Amino acid sequence: MRAAARASIAAALLSVAALAGAQDAAALRARSLVATCAACHGTDGRAAAGAVVPGLAGVPAATLVEQMKAFKSGARPGTVMPQLAKGYSDAQIERLAAALAQPTASPAKP
Amino acid sequence: MMAMMKRRELLKILGAAGGAGLAGCVTRTDRDSGAVSVVGAMNAIGKPDAARVLVVGGGYGGATAAKYVRLLSQHKIEVVLVEPDAAFVSCPLSNLVLGGSRTIGDVTRPYTTLEKQQGVRVVRDMIASIDATQRIAVLASGGEIRYDKLILSPGVEMIWTEVTGLRAANQQGRVLQAWKAGPETTALRRQLEAMPDGGVFAIAIPEAPYRCPPGPYERASIVANYFKSAKPRSKVLILDANEDVTSKGPLFKRVWAESYKGILEYRPQHKATGVDAATNTIKFEIQDDVRASVLNVLPPMRAGAIAVQTGLANSNARWCNVNWLNFESTAARHIHVIGDSIQIASQMPKSGHMANSQAKVTAAAIVAELNGWELDPAPMLTNTCYSFVDDQRTVHVASVHAYSEVDKTFKPVPGSGGLSSAPNELEAGYAWSWARSIWADMLA
Repeated sequence: MRAAARASIAAALLSVAALAGAQDAAALRARSLVATCAACHGTDGRAAAGAVVPGLAGVPAATLVEQMKAFKSGARPGTVMPQLAKGYSDAQIERLAAALAQPTASPAKP
Repeated sequence: MMAMMKRRELLKILGAAGGAGLAGCVTRTDRDSGAVSVVGAMNAIGKPDAARVLVVGGGYGGATAAKYVRLLSQHKIEVVLVEPDAAFVSCPLSNLVLGGSRTIGDVTRPYTTLEKQQGVRVVRDMIASIDATQRIAVLASGGEIRYDKLILSPGVEMIWTEVTGLRAANQQGRVLQAWKAGPETTALRRQLEAMPDGGVFAIAIPEAPYRCPPGPYERASIVANYFKSAKPRSKVLILDANEDVTSKGPLFKRVWAESYKGILEYRPQHKATGVDAATNTIKFEIQDDVRASVLNVLPPMRAGAIAVQTGLANSNARWCNVNWLNFESTAARHIHVIGDSIQIASQMPKSGHMANSQAKVTAAAIVAELNGWELDPAPMLTNTCYSFVDDQRTVHVASVHAYSEVDKTFKPVPGSGGLSSAPNELEAGYAWSWARSIWADMLA
């Protein structure tokens, strides 16, 4: 009995750990996708001091999707963005927008 | 970490970890005396808290990788960055220093923020050798650092021997390269300032691939703009080993025709094979010698010396082949190579922005691996590169590269990417915004 209880608790803990791991792994991929914008729009979408290119963190997902698709279709003109937006699939744009709308907490000091 | 640590203090700290076992570091003395065993591979998989990533080189690739391993691991994975220079000096935008509109200070940033904000340990040193089997890097000053994962971002090495007399001429300060921004950049600016009006500035370009494809043409344009206002009887001569302008060709040619007619001359198929510093002459494989007032001879380039020496330059003995999902060397496990040292994929430039992009894919892959997670099967790279054609106007080239599961490499996404339609002032502002952003993305 006691051994069986221990085994089921262990199994439950393992599956919780696996679930948390899967969530963390998914979060890592989302953040990596956001990182493809960071050289111009700032780490995690937060604009750097003195940058004229806007930050993207906290922008509503629907707005970001709309703007990216407008760049992609050519409806919104621009310099670099119409060319870069065409490199992202609609699914990637949705994931990007979702991740940027709920940005990760400010990088904590170690 | 309030200031850059002294090596001795650092070794003390890392040495203590070494005694504990896993991701340790030992000094040479410890190792020789056998006080600490370094035998046996480390296994930090699933234990990111116990893992150490060593990053070699603090440029666009290495500094970004150091920051993002910390960031993406929630600051769990320890990161040590080994870089010989006291501060980061950007190659992008440094050509403006040659034109006189900016100073080297405008393109210099400290490493201290990376230490304070991200907890990266910055060691001012160089790596003398790497034991890929034991996962130990030996510092030039003698200490050793053990690692679980090594990220090499050593930039390029000039192959001086390909151009007879160039190494000596460079060491004497007679013929500068200024292709790694820093003291040579300001020295070349002084040569241009000292040149009498009516002189000739000659820049020799090696066969592609080399660091920063449009860089030489940007440099020639900026110097021509300086001559136009300050020394109007002077000339710029581009001597290109390639058959044509290797990047942004139509845009540069248009600027040269419209703004620098009679000042700048472009000569393709001029492969430099020697220099004579006494007579300021460049010798070529086929064409006649060229004599000029100020020479800027760029020799062929290859992967940074430490990568070559470690046996990682397995592409034509010049560049490092990598696995594109995580940028791990195809020649050594646990060593990831990024930036200008790698054998590029199709239409992938050797640029600072590309190194920054590669660094993030690599950092994410290492964080995933050390957590025991699957690698991202579809990583993406972006590139945006601005070139100034004078002090006020720029042109850009941009691209997006996606991993192809079928071809196991990165390929430009069809239909994406492109160039400016014409040189313009709006994008000069964007170029400086890009610089502020990417410098913060790698160093803050």
